[in-house]
Amino acid sequence: MAKKNNTNNNNVPARRDENLDGTIVYNIPFPKKLDKESLKALKEMSPIVKRQPYHVEYIHSYGQDSPFFAGLSNKVFLGNRDPKSGYTYATPRGADMYTGNETDWVQLPTEGAIHAFTVCEFGSEEFLPETPFVLALIEFEGVDTLFLTRIVGLDPDQVSLDWIGMKVKARYLRNSKLKPTDVYFVPMNADAE
Amino acid sequence: MRPVYAVSGGVSKFAKARPDKTFQGIVKEAYDYAINDIGLEFKQFTEIVDGSVASYFSDHFQRQLMSGIMAQDYLGLCPKPGHRVEGGGATGGLCFQEAWKSVASGAMDVCVAYGFETMSHVETWKGNEFIALASDVSFDYPVGGFYSGYYAMMVTRHMKEFGTTVEQMAAVSVKNYMNAFSNPYAQKHQRLTIKDVRNSPMVAWPLTRLDICVMSDGAAATILCSEEGLAKLEKAGGKRLPRIKVTGIGRGTDAMRMSDRPHDNYDKFIKSYALPHEAENKETQAYYKKLWAKGFRYPGVHSFRAGRMAGKQAYKMAGINDPLNEIDFIELHDAYTSSEIQTYEDMGLCRYGEGGPFAASGKAHMPGVDYGVKLKEKPICPVNPSGGLIACGHPVGATGLMQAVFAIWQLQGTIKKHFRDATLQIKDAKRGAIHSHAGTGTYVSVSILEREK
Repeated sequence: MAKKNNTNNNNVPARRDENLDGTIVYNIPFPKKLDKESLKALKEMSPIVKRQPYHVEYIHSYGQDSPFFAGLSNKVFLGNRDPKSGYTYATPRGADMYTGNETDWVQLPTEGAIHAFTVCEFGSEEFLPETPFVLALIEFEGVDTLFLTRIVGLDPDQVSLDWIGMKVKARYLRNSKLKPTDVYFVPMNADAE
Repeated sequence: MRPVYAVSGGVSKFAKARPDKTFQGIVKEAYDYAINDIGLEFKQFTEIVDGSVASYFSDHFQRQLMSGIMAQDYLGLCPKPGHRVEGGGATGGLCFQEAWKSVASGAMDVCVAYGFETMSHVETWKGNEFIALASDVSFDYPVGGFYSGYYAMMVTRHMKEFGTTVEQMAAVSVKNYMNAFSNPYAQKHQRLTIKDVRNSPMVAWPLTRLDICVMSDGAAATILCSEEGLAKLEKAGGKRLPRIKVTGIGRGTDAMRMSDRPHDNYDKFIKSYALPHEAENKETQAYYKKLWAKGFRYPGVHSFRAGRMAGKQAYKMAGINDPLNEIDFIELHDAYTSSEIQTYEDMGLCRYGEGGPFAASGKAHMPGVDYGVKLKEKPICPVNPSGGLIACGHPVGATGLMQAVFAIWQLQGTIKKHFRDATLQIKDAKRGAIHSHAGTGTYVSVSILEREK
């Protein structure tokens, strides 16, 4: 049986421990007296809005696409190819969309051309510090699909539709981050590393 | 399949933030409006309705899973059947079609479709991050991570292929904002010029802030029913309800990663994707042959194959051969001015490549609205008479249902009653289309609604 004080016979606390973590409120205005009128008036109360953090660490597997990322960290640009039809994907894909076949790994050309692009002046929170950046889809000779990448070495202030068709070549981060951005593209005439 | 009627709808006033109510309360506003509009009390409708479909896009915005059931219980719909539908930006359009299926299949006589999104729970740039999680997190998100960037890439290709101009895009924004000026449900009420659109801050070249829809808190609900359901509702409400019939349903899909989309040849296009009026027309065939000769491939990243498939199916079911002249208005998914232009083409209002000039022509404008520009052509098929997503806002799960509600009101001829302004009523509208679209054209739905003779 619980006693009137904070502990029972077994020394188990009957009151919740409090701490100073998270949001702590010291005073929210509230009617002093609760009667019919003040209860009705609660409907006119401003909404309580609070800000709270949320953080998650994910365990993300690249699964069958893993060799692509292993390739990038070794400065090799890999794609997939249907063993029978030869249909070639610039962005890894474990199974061909048209035959259902399991695809093979092939080395892709490291030179291509800008198929479509934009300059992101704004972005998601994660990428805001990187703006403005040039985002582009790259096409490659003999490859059936495109590759999404960042272009470095173009001036965002000199943006022009003529960038479409521009020849570009792959470059790799010195230190891999195991992201598709381990490879990026620069104009063909960019200085050699 | 049984005939399905869309008898009623309601929309909450879309706003940047609605901290005054939780999402359930916002849904109830739309829901109550839909019930009251057919002359029923809450309890009367609860007795008649057989079940529901809930529509919302993201669990992240609220950090709440199973929001659907929380709306369901708030609306007093438990223990009736219900489920949640999710398909990115097309969530609302898919929800409408799921409700249609529930009735058409004979499973329900009365089904309510409700949808919502409360996007104000995070800052805009975090919201953009959540939305970008609807792109491949291994290959797309870490590189771009920004939907406006994805759509901007599509439009640079569209510009390169067809010569589409930024002024043509801006014309869409001006049209939709000017329309929304008379729509009290719209989030934004401002009169714009093409210059205003181009001078607003650049977000992802060439798209400016006014080329892009805004995030929103809002809800919408529609009531669908069979002939039997209609009889029950009419008996309970003691009044005859206008017959707005759903006569066509279509859906299409495309690869999540734009990079994976095919670049098909002319023969494949004619065989699989051309609309009947295109495939049969010699002049159009010659036009397309010329495009392909110049290097055009379909759909590439400039066209939404899913939108074309959705339109094609819905038109076939509704018996539409010439969409521009046989549809009186369209509420379509203009998350971007560019995607409205691309969608004109997918839906066959003009040919692929003609969307830009079409946007500025006047054919998709409203009669009786002063746009402050001289338009060459008379309106034929107003697009987004409500103001679309660009001006109304885009609370994702509500958006496709909002389009349905506005379409129902157009066909009922009740815009004046609901908007307290007759400006946006299309005279004698008999047939309308609604078009809902997800992430760079991954899921697209088209539904056709008609006023029964």
